[in-house]
Amino acid sequence: MLSDTDWSAIRLTLELAAVTTVLLLFIGTPIAWWLARTRSAWKGAVGAVVALPIVLPPTVIGFYLLVAMGPEGPVGRLTQTLGLGGLPFTFAGLVVASVFYSMPFVVQPIQNAFEAIGERPLETAATLRASPFDTFFSVVLPLARPGYLTAGVLGFAHTVGEFGVVLMIGGNIPDKTRVVSVQIYDHVEALEYAQAHWLAAGMMAFSFVVLLLLYTLNPTGRRA
Amino acid sequence: MPARSFISLTGLFLALMAHGACAAEVQVAVASNFTAPMQKIAAGFEQATGHRAKLAFGSTGKFYAQIRHGAPFDVLLAADDETPARLEREGAAVAGSRFTYSIGRMALWSASPGYVDGQGAVLKQGTFKHLAIANPKLAPYGAAAVETLDRLGLLAALRPKFVQGENIAQTFQFVRTGNAELGFVALSQVVEDGTLTRGSAWVVPSGLHAPIRQDAVILARGKDNPAARALMKYLKQDQARAIIKAYGYN
Repeated sequence: MLSDTDWSAIRLTLELAAVTTVLLLFIGTPIAWWLARTRSAWKGAVGAVVALPIVLPPTVIGFYLLVAMGPEGPVGRLTQTLGLGGLPFTFAGLVVASVFYSMPFVVQPIQNAFEAIGERPLETAATLRASPFDTFFSVVLPLARPGYLTAGVLGFAHTVGEFGVVLMIGGNIPDKTRVVSVQIYDHVEALEYAQAHWLAAGMMAFSFVVLLLLYTLNPTGRRA
Repeated sequence: MPARSFISLTGLFLALMAHGACAAEVQVAVASNFTAPMQKIAAGFEQATGHRAKLAFGSTGKFYAQIRHGAPFDVLLAADDETPARLEREGAAVAGSRFTYSIGRMALWSASPGYVDGQGAVLKQGTFKHLAIANPKLAPYGAAAVETLDRLGLLAALRPKFVQGENIAQTFQFVRTGNAELGFVALSQVVEDGTLTRGSAWVVPSGLHAPIRQDAVILARGKDNPAARALMKYLKQDQARAIIKAYGYN
């Protein structure tokens, strides 16, 4: 059935998706808040940049990340000056790529949830002398919970389903960058269809269950 | 006037028909390592024969799977001799059309000048972080790289530094962007007209790994395609041979 390398790919994939999702919930919240409330002329531009990964093919993102994170690229120079070394072919590199690649799937549901709250609850909280922080944690976050659930699930699932970017910057290293989607690709290319089937069917089942849970638990929550 | 335009239309139609009969199109699946020479060869082939060659580049393993599942290719230029033979055994290729169009050579290459010495001693120093190879499970050049390192007694020491490209083109890209300091690539990727195009390289002696025989074969779909036969013939002619040699193949 599943070999040791298959299991290690599964473990790595779940780890990558978990780290990415947690990071994205933290990074995505202020971005979503700003996008939901701002009247700035930059709103359109920032929203478009966040949404780019939805329309760009993974090859574009993978190619530019490879060049940017390489020793000659701006990100690569920065990480090397900071003594972090190069990002491609490392788990950290995959996390950086995934944060960028899955960002719209986390930011957009949260932003929608924030927008749905509207001005009233915030004004009411202000008249009750709640500080902005207090308002955010005791009014906004509870009201935006369905949005956060959608964001977390979609961010996680989308990272699990990532392939092109990982293939381009990962280098296929066992235990470090060889995630399930790449492992399936390897099996298919090596004509090991039986192993490919086990993993691929597992992915199908996993993705279906995740989305089913999301839509059952959160039937009214806004989705990306 | 109408009669005249009818005649000229008929003439045009007949001309198109005649053109269609002698100028055919051949869909060619080409192993990634042979990308650069094949582009030149295809241009010469189109000029010399009037046929058209449509090229697709990728890994031999992927092409195998696609061909077995009905991909519309007439000719396969593989990176090994095993895949064409297998396709022939399975009835997916035309028996007796198979021949070795080139024997691949491998180079240990770095994008920075002076990094790789002429003897490959840099491998023993091991001062690099990443050594790029093609996936040995999928790509003949990857298997040859592993075999070479094994013969040099460096396989166990260097394995942790491996980064694997899905095919030899991706392996080249890892090294070309500087993300891997050096890597085993196809000599054809770094040599043009017999000289190194950039960086530094050690041409791996062919005695260090089993010869990378690259075979071409006509696929079942190309059985009656005159352009497919013409291309196979053209690959054996001096013009094509000269280009293949210039890219470092034997």
